[in-house]
Amino acid sequence: MKRRFEVLVSLKPGLLDPQGKAVEGSLPAMGWTNASNVRVGKHIELTIEADSEEAARAQVEDMARRLLSNPVIEDYRILAAEEVGR
Amino acid sequence: MSGRARVGVVTFPGSLDDRDALRAVELMGGEGVRLWHAEPDLAGVDAVILPGGFSYGDYLRAGAIARFAPVMREVASFAARGGPVLGICNGFQILCEAGLLPGALIRNRSLQFVCRVVNLRVETSTTPFTSHLIAGEVLSIPIKHGEGQFVGSTDQIARIEGEGQVVFRYCSPEGALGDEWNPNGATNDIAGVRSEEGNVVGLMPHPEHAVDPDVGPTGGQPIFGSLLAELLAGVS
Amino acid sequence: MYGAMWSEHCSYKSSKIHLRRLPTQGEAVLVGPGQDAGAIDVGDGLAVVFKMESHSHPSAIEPYQGAATGVGGIVRDVVAMGARPVALFDPLRFGPLTDERNRWLFSGVVAGIGGYGNCIGVPTIGGEVAFAEPHSANPTINVMCIGIAPAARLVTAAREVNEGSVLVLVGAATGRDGIGGVSVLASRTLEEGVEESRPSVQIGDPFAEKLLIEACLELVERDLLEGLQDLGGAGLTCAVSESAARAGKGVELDLDSVPLRERGMEPFEILTSESQERMLAIVAPHRLDAVREVCDRWGLSSSVIGRVVAGGGMRVLMAGQMIAEVPARSLADEGPEYRRPVSSPAGLEAILEDDPAFSAVSVAVDEAFFRVLSSPNVASKRWVYEQYDQLVQGQTILRPGADAAAIRIAGTLRAIACSTDGKGRFGHLDPYLGGAHAVAEAARNVACVGAKPLAITNCMNFGNPERPAVMWQFAESVRGMADACRALGTPVTGGNVSFYNESGDSAIWPTPVVGTVGLIEDYRLLVRTAFRGAGLSVYLVGETAAELGGSEFAEALLGKVSGRPPGLDLEREAALHRFLVEAAGSDLLASAHDCGDGGLAVALAESAIAGDTGFAVTLPGDLPPVVTLFSESASRVVVSVTATKADSLEALAAAHGQPWFRIGETGGPRMAFDGVLDVSVAEAAAAYEEAIPKLLAG
Repeated sequence: MKRRFEVLVSLKPGLLDPQGKAVEGSLPAMGWTNASNVRVGKHIELTIEADSEEAARAQVEDMARRLLSNPVIEDYRILAAEEVGR
Repeated sequence: MSGRARVGVVTFPGSLDDRDALRAVELMGGEGVRLWHAEPDLAGVDAVILPGGFSYGDYLRAGAIARFAPVMREVASFAARGGPVLGICNGFQILCEAGLLPGALIRNRSLQFVCRVVNLRVETSTTPFTSHLIAGEVLSIPIKHGEGQFVGSTDQIARIEGEGQVVFRYCSPEGALGDEWNPNGATNDIAGVRSEEGNVVGLMPHPEHAVDPDVGPTGGQPIFGSLLAELLAGVS
Repeated sequence: MYGAMWSEHCSYKSSKIHLRRLPTQGEAVLVGPGQDAGAIDVGDGLAVVFKMESHSHPSAIEPYQGAATGVGGIVRDVVAMGARPVALFDPLRFGPLTDERNRWLFSGVVAGIGGYGNCIGVPTIGGEVAFAEPHSANPTINVMCIGIAPAARLVTAAREVNEGSVLVLVGAATGRDGIGGVSVLASRTLEEGVEESRPSVQIGDPFAEKLLIEACLELVERDLLEGLQDLGGAGLTCAVSESAARAGKGVELDLDSVPLRERGMEPFEILTSESQERMLAIVAPHRLDAVREVCDRWGLSSSVIGRVVAGGGMRVLMAGQMIAEVPARSLADEGPEYRRPVSSPAGLEAILEDDPAFSAVSVAVDEAFFRVLSSPNVASKRWVYEQYDQLVQGQTILRPGADAAAIRIAGTLRAIACSTDGKGRFGHLDPYLGGAHAVAEAARNVACVGAKPLAITNCMNFGNPERPAVMWQFAESVRGMADACRALGTPVTGGNVSFYNESGDSAIWPTPVVGTVGLIEDYRLLVRTAFRGAGLSVYLVGETAAELGGSEFAEALLGKVSGRPPGLDLEREAALHRFLVEAAGSDLLASAHDCGDGGLAVALAESAIAGDTGFAVTLPGDLPPVVTLFSESASRVVVSVTATKADSLEALAAAHGQPWFRIGETGGPRMAFDGVLDVSVAEAAAAYEEAIPKLLAG
């Protein structure tokens, strides 16, 4: 069975995020003065073939911990899991 | 046997300054040995350099993919046995990703790639690469990177500072610290660190591009010089 | 296929008849126009391969990727000749930075060139950035690449290609990138609806390019190939038809074997896709395994997509059916040749008569000095070049800031020097002079560092050739370039034409950009621009006339682009270059700096800023000071020499028929201009360095 997972990787809170800062600085010039605490992260999508949802999710957790994120500076969240065509 | 110290330089897909590192080793009197990322074999070298460049295009995170290369298992064992390992720029990033050095490198605070000569203050001579340097000495060496901002958790940074693991800091030509001398926002102006044991060192600046007087400053000479002297003396 | 191949960008249909005037042969030329890049002989059996390309249209829509893929393309052209790329140059033109969109384009393009060039390990060591209103809607993005190879190893049409050899596609999978790119973007003007052009922009993968460079060079070094071609504009169609035409053979192409990235691609899409980072190799069957092994080791896909057959036809098959058959030569070489009407634009005479010198005298000199020094065309471009890796490969001797960049040829004492120059303002006023001055200035810059100029590549950046005024500008520019190339001994080895750089009524100024390559026998004798130390004698070599037409002064202080551009005595200019090369060879010069934009004042100021050493000079001649300082008369260089070498310098200059003026001496923290202007080096340096960063801060 194939499932499509989405993993969100973000910088740990407290770490300076230069990209987030740059984005936050640009918004007022465009007319939005009510945005704050902008953080820029990564969105990764993968299709996993496994026997069960639990097995697939466990594998994605492993991938996220070891490759997709750097635990020294990043946190990750596994968002959705959706069955896709066989 | 040539009687020269043998220094291996690993080429990953996308490594760029590997040839330059090999050339620097040769210029300074050592024997440069090419190592391939896919071969778990260090060819019996006396020291290993992970060179600068964009391994795997810096995709996902700089060094994130290269750290899983077959050769890295050997590099880790070599380091565990006390072998000298130097990570330059992308090499530093790979060593951090691999957990052989503390901390991490993120994007420069200016969000721009920067190529210029900086001043580095040597913080400790307790590594094979700074053994012939004195703490406080200032070296001129170029940087060229987009992700050189050294960061870590508060605990990590405290530990690094407390244990004397900082090897180089960005500074003024006279060795003073100040934000205007920090090219990328690195925490505490840290340009390079060592492992707890001291035989693994990573730095963002490029000493291999600072050994040839025709091309620029020569602040990289004493770094290679220290290593080669140590190896010939059989100290490591 | 014909739509793509016979588009302006690929077939040069509007420009061919004019380009034929350019001299293409010379003692040092190994490969002239018609191949992937040109090549010159630099001794020791080595060849220097080089070419310039434009990528202006894609960059106007998506600046980062447009510029990045421009770099990718020109690098592959050099690799296709079998040469290792060793340097990149980026001559760029944008609209004024006071406009937010121009700032966006500028930052994006520079980031893209850096992002791609740095990642593939080729140092970007030179170029130029100029700003002019006509480029607001039409940025001009040119990129030049230089490579080195043993001359015997060059992959040219001279190689024998045999029937039965196979076509191998190496590198990235083929998708829908840039479908119709060159025929869409580079062959018509940018009207409203730029958003619809977005799918035509290609996305670059510099990591894939790096692997491709290494794999292809290994294939060439091990002599495994009969031919090598990069896939650029018009994709497979171009690469395959050109390979066949050059080999004088036919080809059979099987579209089912082309690895695809998208599903359901139509044959024409596969044929014209401009997906990046792909090369086409022609391989004898018994070498195929070895070629595959190299590609596998570098992690690159390699697929046999066709074979060389007898005759001259290009046969395309899909699903076992032949879906197209055309004569290869017809596609590649026999595109239409247009003889478009030319006529000079109305109103030009009046503009030429409006000489800025009349109004110049009433301008205060210090104001003029700071305004010109901090004008974006003149000011420091550090913000740009610090985003480029200038060091990788370890052979860069002269970097941005020098008159010409220089790369050591490893294993020898020689170095190659290169400068890229364009004179859009001059071209607007007088296209003949614009073309001639571009060639002259680029060669002068190379000679200033002590290298002998050998050959040029060029990018012809113009508006819509269907307009007689533009076609006239083109014809005149080529005429000027041809005369200058002949007089200066720098034939053209290849280049690029970029038409349709206009939107609505606004066309860019006729801007031929020239890249001149030269050679110095001993890199240790390269000459720099900086005044290094006190007590050096400062000379101005060359004659200064009241020539403010089209000058930086006129634009920055008077807001005008008018008057006649400076004249150009090509014989005197050629002799100047010979003088400079000989002076460098005899180690006579402490410094040399070309007088270009901003004239004498800027040349002196830049030399002082670079060396952090001031000077005291008197102004030669008896023109009003502001005219002497900012006139842009050609064929002039500011040099400094140690006092003991002054006599030798004067004698050598005289021997080459060069007028010389000893104007003063270096030393101290100030720049003193004959009582007319007195500025501290520090203050000038600050204005010079801060100008562009300040503008970018908005």
